Amino acid sequence: MLIKQTLDTKKIREDFPIFKQLTHNKPLIYLDNGATSQKPVQVIDAMNRFYNEYNSNVHRGVYKISELATHAYEEAHRKTADFIKAEFEEVIFTKGTTESLNLLAYTLGRTLKQGDEIVLSQMEHHSNLVPWQQLAKQKGLALKFIRITKDYKLDMAHAREIITPKTKIVSIVHVSNVLGTINPVKELAALAHKNGALFVIDGAQSIQHLPINVKELDCDFFAFSGHKMLGPTGIGVLYGKRHLLEHMEPFLYGGDMISEVQFEHSTWNELPWKFEAGTPNITEAIGLAAAIDYLKEINMEHIKEYEEELTTYALETLSNIKGVRVYGPTEAGDRGSVIAFNVEGIHPHDVSTILDREGIAVRGGHHCAMPLMNLLGVTGTVRASFSFYNTTEEIDKLAQAIKKAQEVFK
Amino acid sequence: MITMEEEEIYKENILDHYRNPHNTGELQDYSIRHRELNPLCGDQIELFVKVEGCRCSDVKFCGKGCAISQAATSMLTDKIKNKNIDELKKITQEEVVNMLGIPVGIVRLKCALLPLKTLQKGIIKWEKGELCQTN
Ligand SMILES: Cc1ncc(COP(=O)(O)O)c(C=O)c1O
Repeated sequence: MLIKQTLDTKKIREDFPIFKQLTHNKPLIYLDNGATSQKPVQVIDAMNRFYNEYNSNVHRGVYKISELATHAYEEAHRKTADFIKAEFEEVIFTKGTTESLNLLAYTLGRTLKQGDEIVLSQMEHHSNLVPWQQLAKQKGLALKFIRITKDYKLDMAHAREIITPKTKIVSIVHVSNVLGTINPVKELAALAHKNGALFVIDGAQSIQHLPINVKELDCDFFAFSGHKMLGPTGIGVLYGKRHLLEHMEPFLYGGDMISEVQFEHSTWNELPWKFEAGTPNITEAIGLAAAIDYLKEINMEHIKEYEEELTTYALETLSNIKGVRVYGPTEAGDRGSVIAFNVEGIHPHDVSTILDREGIAVRGGHHCAMPLMNLLGVTGTVRASFSFYNTTEEIDKLAQAIKKAQEVFK
Repeated sequence: MITMEEEEIYKENILDHYRNPHNTGELQDYSIRHRELNPLCGDQIELFVKVEGCRCSDVKFCGKGCAISQAATSMLTDKIKNKNIDELKKITQEEVVNMLGIPVGIVRLKCALLPLKTLQKGIIKWEKGELCQTN
């Protein structure tokens, strides 16, 4: 099978310094993009430039380099907002998806009372499950989970059954980090809103693969991490509709998030700063902005198209290997570029170790989705997750290495 | 074709222990029963030890997981039979790694050391006189 090759991967890969080195004396085949992406030199340089040329704190000094830093930091908010079609005030920087979701559980949780219900799905990452679960325990809320169908999609009939006027929050993963399933978030948003509930999207696995327009999705909140979209670790985003953020209590208290402080009383800064207490991750925000510039340059539509071709190719290649079982929707159009699979008779960690010796980085384990693993009846899976810099040759090498593992464990 | 590097980690004796593990099953008449998990891989080991005098007179295990954790348990159970409990408390991580005889990286080390952890935690529970049931 040939693919159209919408992107010039050869040229793109030159931007990523990590691909210039060898691992176990072989070229690095990085197929763990679901865990974190690699970083182009443009991102690394932008952060180095900050440290080398204008390192200073933001929103404080009136001197030249502090003004440059403040400008760059605010510009990062602006670029991020623009990237997801939000307004400047609606983008809060956090340390990652996990913190964004915890922020929501904490602040929205304050307004919930016993008997209120929260709806999640059976395919949530621990970070979109444990914060709500703990909140539910503290406050006596009911947690409900939308079931998964046999073809690894959300059971929308079940969703319509359990999302009711008692539901206050529906929080769902956009693209599953295990199954790859792209969930019908627009439909879920409408369903949540019809019942008066807030709709939250965990976008950790969609932001780097699909063009995102929060207005069109009509979600109330959208969370994602910089490090999965070419940016550095330590920076993430929480988008929230402005009128909702305005009425929410802050999450963290301290410097920068206040307007006026007296000994007994304080008032809060305007959005988005009300939710950004303390010195923020300035360098990382600048890195994230550079990552967004890079993604825009390549074009999110083209990325989506190319990754779909790559996923189709990988699904076909893997399903042609005897003894390999793939979990997740069978059509590439229904899924992101994440493929979880098992090799019959070999533990996922043993598969991963053998692949590693071939220079191939994949993940083996439960992927922070233990309840889903139980549901699939496995303790773990191998997971290959692709980005736009991966190639069909790399997928061929993956297939060869899997066959090698089968030989070792014969 | 299998390269040298692979042979190093999945040596034939590791694979033998994995395919045909020694001392599997449950002991009805046990003094120590303890289970540990490795959340990273989902490896599980439940160990049953019979103590007579101060000696481990019998040992069995139930487990599932990767080749490294299961082979390590099989080998460790062979090693501890008829040994003094005080000796077992002193087994070091290095000894287990040497026993395996393969290079284990920092991540897979958790798999390799799971049986030792299970054994030594089980002994501590037993010494405290706690009910030695599944934790
Ligand atoms: C679907 C999903 N949600 C949330 C997260 C958590 O992201 P982070 O660890 O960057 O906070 C991940 C990352 O693995 C993920 O895949």
